[in-house]
Amino acid sequence: MTNVEKHEYDVVVIGAGGAGLRAAVEAREAGLRVAIICKSLFGKAHTVMAEGGVSASMGNVNSDDNWMVHFRDTMRGGKFLNHWRMAELHAKESPDRVWELETWGALFDRTPEGKISQRNFGGHEYPRLAHVGDRTGLELIRTMQQRIVALQQKDARDHGDAESHIKVFAELTITEILKENGKVAGAYGYWRENGNEVLFQAPAVVVATGGIGKSFKVTSNSWEGTGDGHALVLKAGGRLKDMEFVQFHPTGMVWPPSVRGLLVTESVRGDGGVLTNSDGIRFMFNYIPEVFKDKYADNEAEGDRWYNDQANNRRPPELLPRDEVARAINSEVKAGRGSPHGGVFLDVSKRLPADVIRKKLPSMWHQFKELADVDITESPMEVGPTCHYVMGGVEVDPDTEAAVEVPGLFAAGEVAGGMHGSNRLGGNSLSDLLVFGRRAGAGAAVYVKQNGAASVSDSSVKAASDRLNAPFTRAGDENPYTVHAELQQTTNDLVGIIRTRVELEEALVKLAALRIRADKAKAEGGREFNPGFHLALDLDNMLLVSECIARAALQREESRGGHTRDDFPKMDAKWRQVNSICTWDGSKVTAVTQKLPSMPKELFDLFDPHELEKYMTPEEMTAQEGGAK
Amino acid sequence: MSGVFSSTRAKISERTLRTDRWWLQPAITVAVLASFVVYASFRAFEAKNYFAEPLISPFYSPCLTSRCPEGASLLGHPFGTIALFGMAISPALLILIFPLGFRMTCYYYRKAYYRSFWQSPPACAVAEPHSKYTGETKAPLILQNGHRWFFFAGLVFNVILSIDAILAFRNAQGQWGHMSVGTLVLLTNATLLWLYSASCHTCRHTIGGRLKHFSKHPLRYKLWTWVSILNHKHANFAWVSLFGVALADVYVRFVASGSITNFYFF
Amino acid sequence: MSAIKKMVKLRIWRGDSKDGALQDVEVEANEGEVVLDIIHRVQATQMSDLAVRWNCKAGKCGSCSMEINGKPRLACMTRMNMFEEGETITVTPLRAFPVIRDLVTDVSFNFKKAMEVPAFEPPADLKPGEFRMQQVDVERSQEFRKCIECFLCQDTCHVIRDHEENKKSFAGPRFFIRIAELDMHPLDILKNRKQTAQEKHGLGMCNITKCCTEVCPEHIRITDNAIIPMKERVVDVKYDPLRWLGSKISKREGIV
Repeated sequence: MTNVEKHEYDVVVIGAGGAGLRAAVEAREAGLRVAIICKSLFGKAHTVMAEGGVSASMGNVNSDDNWMVHFRDTMRGGKFLNHWRMAELHAKESPDRVWELETWGALFDRTPEGKISQRNFGGHEYPRLAHVGDRTGLELIRTMQQRIVALQQKDARDHGDAESHIKVFAELTITEILKENGKVAGAYGYWRENGNEVLFQAPAVVVATGGIGKSFKVTSNSWEGTGDGHALVLKAGGRLKDMEFVQFHPTGMVWPPSVRGLLVTESVRGDGGVLTNSDGIRFMFNYIPEVFKDKYADNEAEGDRWYNDQANNRRPPELLPRDEVARAINSEVKAGRGSPHGGVFLDVSKRLPADVIRKKLPSMWHQFKELADVDITESPMEVGPTCHYVMGGVEVDPDTEAAVEVPGLFAAGEVAGGMHGSNRLGGNSLSDLLVFGRRAGAGAAVYVKQNGAASVSDSSVKAASDRLNAPFTRAGDENPYTVHAELQQTTNDLVGIIRTRVELEEALVKLAALRIRADKAKAEGGREFNPGFHLALDLDNMLLVSECIARAALQREESRGGHTRDDFPKMDAKWRQVNSICTWDGSKVTAVTQKLPSMPKELFDLFDPHELEKYMTPEEMTAQEGGAK
Repeated sequence: MSGVFSSTRAKISERTLRTDRWWLQPAITVAVLASFVVYASFRAFEAKNYFAEPLISPFYSPCLTSRCPEGASLLGHPFGTIALFGMAISPALLILIFPLGFRMTCYYYRKAYYRSFWQSPPACAVAEPHSKYTGETKAPLILQNGHRWFFFAGLVFNVILSIDAILAFRNAQGQWGHMSVGTLVLLTNATLLWLYSASCHTCRHTIGGRLKHFSKHPLRYKLWTWVSILNHKHANFAWVSLFGVALADVYVRFVASGSITNFYFF
Repeated sequence: MSAIKKMVKLRIWRGDSKDGALQDVEVEANEGEVVLDIIHRVQATQMSDLAVRWNCKAGKCGSCSMEINGKPRLACMTRMNMFEEGETITVTPLRAFPVIRDLVTDVSFNFKKAMEVPAFEPPADLKPGEFRMQQVDVERSQEFRKCIECFLCQDTCHVIRDHEENKKSFAGPRFFIRIAELDMHPLDILKNRKQTAQEKHGLGMCNITKCCTEVCPEHIRITDNAIIPMKERVVDVKYDPLRWLGSKISKREGIV
């Protein structure tokens, strides 16, 4: 233990994507010393993959837009399972967060008046997504990264050391959140470069580790999306909420196999792309659910007119929320009307001139040209659903992002739950990162000022170190890559886009078996930059998260948003009243239900009661309306 | 040991692991540029067969010494005869510095000759043979920053050579309204030179690139977008205009020496 | 759906900062795969500790930079079908940076250089939400913000690749586009970016041989659109007596 590298900070931010960096900026600006932990190099976080834009009701393109409309859209998209307070804060604060980026050097596309341009996206009533072509995530991460650098430059001027208040620890993996006396006291991990172990002592930890996609086989997530933060929080005694809601993005690439799952941005549809099956039929017209009938065009002519005249026409059904489109594509393929490689066709080539496509969708054009030999200005793309985002996550206090049950622990971004309900709207993730990243940083700052420094006991360090070294020291000869591949296949087949009780029970059996094998996963070679070692540790996280998903999915006997049960195909208003909560007691995962907080009167009144009737029980309506009167 | 063989870098003994024919491009550049230099030097010192009414070789225009034949001197003979060691120097040498300077400091040619002649680097990811490198920070290479002066001088030459091409719409007796193969040759040469100048990076900068707000200068922005399109092809214009000059000279030389007759269309 | 399988030959550099060598492996390849897929298969089946840096596998994050048959490339964007049948594909780490292990190099040089470029500085009285910029004015800088920081341009640039000692005084193409981005940003008011580009960041060291542009996976026209325009802007303030005189008279740095 003498060779453990030690650091002391006020706040340790785990994860250097949009949420983590925004939290770090906020904590630094509150005067704290912050460590930023990146699993990869600084600036490579999965945020770069976001394409379409940041949703914020600035009203630059349509002045009718405001936070209330955005709030409504978000709740509707989430099928009213969202935590109302998070959706409210998000809708109210996202414009400020976007404008702030501009002051840090972000260059969004512009309107003719020189304001930030906004584009249409699925589920958003007005053009709302601030964007830069189709590489908005890159713009966001780079801006945040450069903001961190700017703060470090200022610290260099003021304190003579650029790293006096913010230090980025790149390629460092955290394996444990350490607690003393029931409160967070730090974090433990190791440098990937040399395998050396590192102890951070800090009274507050912000978890901003992103998603869980790598537990699934077909995913748009990078290798980093292994649910580390979800697992760290579970192990620290926190709770995961609504883990059954996993968003399958309707349009991932399906060919060639090496890029299966890679995202095809929703902007393709926002800018006029249409979905057709092997019969050449625009099948989405057949899949408009009852709750959306009055908002979406029921014929092609009206849908086409909408692109130029949004005031007098309803939008085309290609722009339905992601869960609807993903299920529709799934059904078409199952019915034998799919494309040659098991997807459907997404065509923009017949809708827009080639130069407009290249200008509006440059990275899509390159992606297909270079990876699939397809010129999207000439031929259609083949697309199918891909695991994209987990709506569920750490249960937090909506205002401070403090993790429930674990003092000193905060969570923001994809790893946190509640904001998106059962389904996230496109564009709401980048704004989520900024709004709640900032709030987590502020929450942590307040907490640290009230609680002071923390220190970790030697015994905790010893235990963490032993667990970290297990892949080298344990008996067993399982290849971690093989176990990972089987885990991905299991979740894909049994906990995927369409679920049944039988399959979910089978999944739990298989996951238990995989856990036994994962405990024997052996790392070969040395400690330096060893991916097998890293995967052996990640496996534990992925298994824990997968089991939470399976248990929560088994519990929820209805279909809603990112959770579809073939044996319970309808949405059930009774299930809307509860969240699922997943915990871990050190040996087993448990899922229970917990009552959803009800919306206050002023938010309830923002909706047409006839709409709410589709989601709420008559008793709830009476109670709410009673409160309203 | 420095560069890719430094102690901290991956231990690989090869200077490059490229498997393509990376040496071909620099070799071609050396061959073509060297041939041009040899031919141009020969012609510059030859000091004859550069004028055949109404055609003048671009190497010799404007012809500024009193040795120039009658009708060849658009701008008169401001220098009389300049002699060096008792030898009258060729009129070509007086003006050579301008087009030569323009091309020597051109951003494209710089790339071409740094890579091919100076091997710095010979090709991408192929280690260069030099142990020290200071780029364009010291004399003489810091003078490359004077490219814009040669650009403006080049424009003057473009005007003169364009006038030469217009004058070629005459016959050997000086009557207007005629056109020959020589007219086309000089016209093509002048056009290519204009394209080379217009596509130049300094031109792009001067016309609009230096602005911070295009939106406040719509006309210059429009011009900048056109120049930018040409600028994409600057390397191509650099080569074809070089061939254009050489071929124009070859043609005039053949006509002036009587090897061929300048064919008149009308 | 039939995937055509075949065996391919790879020579992978394995080693660390002390020593290393190219090792031959044969591995299966399927239709449509890229070099990174093949490397992953080598990891999963033959060398579980083979170090390689990668993230998105979609050409968007710039992590899997390496040299393939001697050329700096992203492994995730290098398709196997660009090689000849039976050709041995050589894969090495970037050769301009210190090697850590196998295909992973220490690219911290770039993060140090990033720290040296002064940040964006908007007018102090402009509040968030009040920024107004025209599309034509942001487009040049937007091109440079496409940069995914794969550092292939830095790797190929002979100024530092072939001359370790130049790393002190040379920022490299990635940071020349950053400086150009800020100098062309319609609302950046920091003075002297042009002077410092030349005096502190080593713009004059560049001899515009364009390898940076050749290897850029984002097809940013680094040389033509950033470096040469910056060189011309430097001439405006440092080497052009007329412009220098003009700026003294009108007392403004650049032009609006």
